Amino acid sequence: MAIGWYLVVSALIFCIGAGGVLARRNPLVILLCLELMLNGANLALVAFARMWGGEAGQVFALIVMVVAACEVTVGLGLIVAMYRRRLPVDVDELSELHG
Amino acid sequence: MVLADVIFFVAAIGVLTGAFGTVMLRNPFYSVLALAFHLVCLAALFMLLRAEFVAAAQVIVYAGAVMVLYVFVVSYVGGGEQLPSGGALRVLGPMFAVAVAVELCIALLGSALRGIRGQGAPFIPGFGTPGHIGTLFLTKFLFPFELASILLLVAAIGAVVLARRRRGLEELAPSELRVRAIQPAYTGTLAEAAGVRPRAGEEPPELEIEHVGGAGARVERVGGAGARVEREGGW
Repeated sequence: MAIGWYLVVSALIFCIGAGGVLARRNPLVILLCLELMLNGANLALVAFARMWGGEAGQVFALIVMVVAACEVTVGLGLIVAMYRRRLPVDVDELSELHG
Repeated sequence: MVLADVIFFVAAIGVLTGAFGTVMLRNPFYSVLALAFHLVCLAALFMLLRAEFVAAAQVIVYAGAVMVLYVFVVSYVGGGEQLPSGGALRVLGPMFAVAVAVELCIALLGSALRGIRGQGAPFIPGFGTPGHIGTLFLTKFLFPFELASILLLVAAIGAVVLARRRRGLEELAPSELRVRAIQPAYTGTLAEAAGVRPRAGEEPPELEIEHVGGAGARVERVGGAGARVEREGGW
């Protein structure tokens, strides 16, 4: 299979994730869609590593997975804190930081 | 070569189905399950690209640990209620996504770059195995490796600080009401997370409304049958 098709799949995953981030209002689902975008980038990195025969892309993909895990941990902590304070769990309602 | 093509198409269809399911499903619990399916199919694609260690880490860390964290939070917060649709972004967001997807597909498939058209570099035995990646992490990429571990430590401590129960957090503003309700039996279960409603005959719980305002605190009780509290916002 030509490497280009892997890149097409990764582009589609990224766009599906981006559409979800823009359209959904539940912060939990927005975090899930962010995961989708990161996974699309990961697939492109691994595909490029295969294309060039270098291993730096795979190491980069692993680091991206670490960063994604950190982002999930902090994001879910924020959601739990929002739920504890009985704030509406809806990104359109949480506009206090707008100033 | 033919078998690899078949596996690629099956895995790619699985990956895209999982991604669509994550975005389209109304219930966050089912979205998490769709994302887990997506991640497992993506690990198959990684195997096809000869990234064995990345595929294994994907299944163990992502589809295992991170998804369990998501399931716990959805069960805790209760993702059964759904948000009504509305807003301009509901139309503009998917349109933007489709536009970017079309543009990227034209750029990738219409490109004349020989590297994208090719099958990739010749395969070296040992490429992408755990031993190879581990050696790289401890020699060439030692600094990013240590930086990643520090980042993980900071994120873990930050999450504990954010989500812990703080003294004074429960105090409400003076004008607010405090409503205590006896929780139904199914509260906090996976059935609730998946949006299963209680049976029709079941009475809503009796509520105890406490006025915490300055004009004298008092407690009143609202009967079970007629009272129904809808959480604002919801999912």
